[in-house]
Amino acid sequence: MTPRSTRVALMVGAPVLALVAAFLITSIVLTVAGDPAVDVWTQILSVPQSRNVANIINSATVYYLSGLAVAIGFRMNLFNIGVDGQYRLAAFVAAYVAGEAWVPSYLNTVLAIVAAVMVGAAWAGIAGLLRVTRGVSEVISTIMLNAISTSLVAFLLRQAAVDVQGSNNIGTKPIPRGSWIPGISVGSGPGTEVYGFIVIAALLGIGYSVLLNRTRFGFDLRATGHSEPAAVASGISVRRMVLVSMLLSGAVAGTVGLPILFGDAHSYGVTFQSGLGFAGIAIALLGRNHPVGIALGALLFAYLDEQANPLQILLNVSPYIVKITQGTIVLTVVIAYEVVRRYGVRLEQRQVARALEVRGSDSAAKAPA
Amino acid sequence: MSTRIDRPDAAPRQRARRSLPLAYLVLLGLLGVMVVLSVLRTVTGAEDIDSSGTLSATLVAAVPIGLAGLGGLWSERAGVVNIGLEGMMILGTFGAGYFGYFYGAWQGVIGALALGALGGLIHAVATVGFGVDHIVSGVAINIIALGGTQYLAALSFSGVPGGGQTQSPTIDELPAITLTFLTDPLKTLEGKHLFLVSDLAALLGGLLSQLSVLTIIALALFVGTWFVLWRTSFGLRLRSCGESPVAAESLGVNVYRYKYVAVVISGALAGLAGGFLAIVASSNYRDGQTGGRGYIGLAAMIFGNWRPGGLLAGAGLFGYTDTVRLRSGGQSVHALLLLVAVLLLVMTVWQFRRAQRVGAGISLVIGVAAGVWYLLSSEVPGDFTGMTPYVTTLLVLALASQRLRMPAADGVPYRRGSAG
Repeated sequence: MTPRSTRVALMVGAPVLALVAAFLITSIVLTVAGDPAVDVWTQILSVPQSRNVANIINSATVYYLSGLAVAIGFRMNLFNIGVDGQYRLAAFVAAYVAGEAWVPSYLNTVLAIVAAVMVGAAWAGIAGLLRVTRGVSEVISTIMLNAISTSLVAFLLRQAAVDVQGSNNIGTKPIPRGSWIPGISVGSGPGTEVYGFIVIAALLGIGYSVLLNRTRFGFDLRATGHSEPAAVASGISVRRMVLVSMLLSGAVAGTVGLPILFGDAHSYGVTFQSGLGFAGIAIALLGRNHPVGIALGALLFAYLDEQANPLQILLNVSPYIVKITQGTIVLTVVIAYEVVRRYGVRLEQRQVARALEVRGSDSAAKAPA
Repeated sequence: MSTRIDRPDAAPRQRARRSLPLAYLVLLGLLGVMVVLSVLRTVTGAEDIDSSGTLSATLVAAVPIGLAGLGGLWSERAGVVNIGLEGMMILGTFGAGYFGYFYGAWQGVIGALALGALGGLIHAVATVGFGVDHIVSGVAINIIALGGTQYLAALSFSGVPGGGQTQSPTIDELPAITLTFLTDPLKTLEGKHLFLVSDLAALLGGLLSQLSVLTIIALALFVGTWFVLWRTSFGLRLRSCGESPVAAESLGVNVYRYKYVAVVISGALAGLAGGFLAIVASSNYRDGQTGGRGYIGLAAMIFGNWRPGGLLAGAGLFGYTDTVRLRSGGQSVHALLLLVAVLLLVMTVWQFRRAQRVGAGISLVIGVAAGVWYLLSSEVPGDFTGMTPYVTTLLVLALASQRLRMPAADGVPYRRGSAG
């Protein structure tokens, strides 16, 4: 094997290794707990129907945005654990703005999206400001901001709420039909449409890639993430980079709830999906902060979620079992990459040593002559 | 040498501060806090801000935060950042619920310790053994612990009488001590609403009534941690792994072993924190019981500058803000606004005199805002009282974080043999 093909094999090998390990660990948990491991895997690995495919793509879209938001921070060595709070606050504001419908039709949609992006950025910006002015770790501050946003949204919802018909829930005014984002059909029959927002999500992914790899800003960002002293030495203002990347991360986080809002829920109520931010962290790690990797990670997580859903009814097994799988994948993926990296380094060292040995004996043989 | 020439008084002053006994400092600090609270109570008339009920509940709220922080202290002193405390705490609540219900309360305590230690072991294997980024591993553990306990709880408790998918049946209580001959006269004294005297009576009465054995154990663990980490050679070696693992290795310390031990103990303490929540603070395991207290414990530890005494103060502060919102929350939190306003205005003057114009400006703006809010309203809305502990954490970290110093090699992956 040439060194290059070895490296490619190792890079592909790591995620496979991780998936196998997570598969084994989940199976062990199932067996020890007395649940039928084989039946569980048969259900999870069965071919999804087109309705399920639509569901998988939909939740993957949402996961993708969340992962992307986290990844922007990660490239800078920033841990934006606050995506959860950022998207909930942003989705609420977007729902309120769109529900009020100050402007007609799609202008209303655009206005709401802009509002969400700005709110997400501002909420993340608090953590960024605290970091650059007061040296507060963004890990702690974003966690606190998550909790604060829960209370804040509850308070604001009570101010802006209207009663939802036919239930005790309260929510924002429903978005007028003209401002919904239409779905894209992936099959026939009901429930086979995917969120139209997926187009925007894909564009954001391309934008992320271009920004990081093709612009001065992206270079600065990656440089700062790799080595802060080197970045400072080459004239990059680290404080500015921290603040800007936190704002960008928050801006993307602001869009996380929008596919659901404009494609499905059409208002923000107490039952609006939460916890998407934490899944984003796992997915960004899984995808190694690469836009395609994040998409694959998002699809995998969404696939596991959807396929595990009927477990309770079919086999009387708690679907939470896939949370163990998901968490284990995150851990095993990073471990696998580390193991593979160490193996690669050792391999390289051995090759170099062998090459030097050959040359050394050559020159030794020549010396007496 | 040069530092001594620059600041000849630095070293002796440090020594003088150190020689003050810890217990003395704690008592002095507590007295100061009680004076402030009794002034505040007298001025605002919010009686619940330091009633014995509030202070007793504060202790119950502070112990899990403190124990989680203590777990963070062990791990970070050995150089491993432990954001997985939350997950280990969740494992602890389940361990307490499972073993507590099926075997008994003390077995529940053991179960909480053991499951927390298991979480710590996973973290240690990932971060120490495989050199994985500490925060990544911590986040993964939080996900696994949450999903794992939800799965296991559904498996263990559904169909059990009094239990369900998301909660265990009631666990037997651990013994609690109430010194009735002391608490009854203290209660009478508290009822007279005298300045400071009644407040101190409330404090003593609150601390001495319904004192769980686990609370006493937790306090003993604080003293024990301080002793082991700062007064034994084992502790010195452990802390050396957090300051400079390379230097420690060159002196023959088995860095990996110390880190493993520290992180497993860290997990066990976080697990105990969860166990306390399940057994003492409530009476069963419930899904979502920890409510982010692991993270708050971490913040308390940072607030306490990676020292047990400071952590205790931090845990007390966060425990108090967590409690006060539940005890006539609107009124009590409203009274605290006045305190925040005054503290920030004092801070403004102090910063201004140290020529920190920007900092002084920010303190002034927030302080005036809190003051105006206090004057213009009579109660804080319910949703905002829920934010109290988190806003306090942010404010405290924003004001204090630049004076803090974490262990030098905290969070840095270390590989054996890198000493060369």
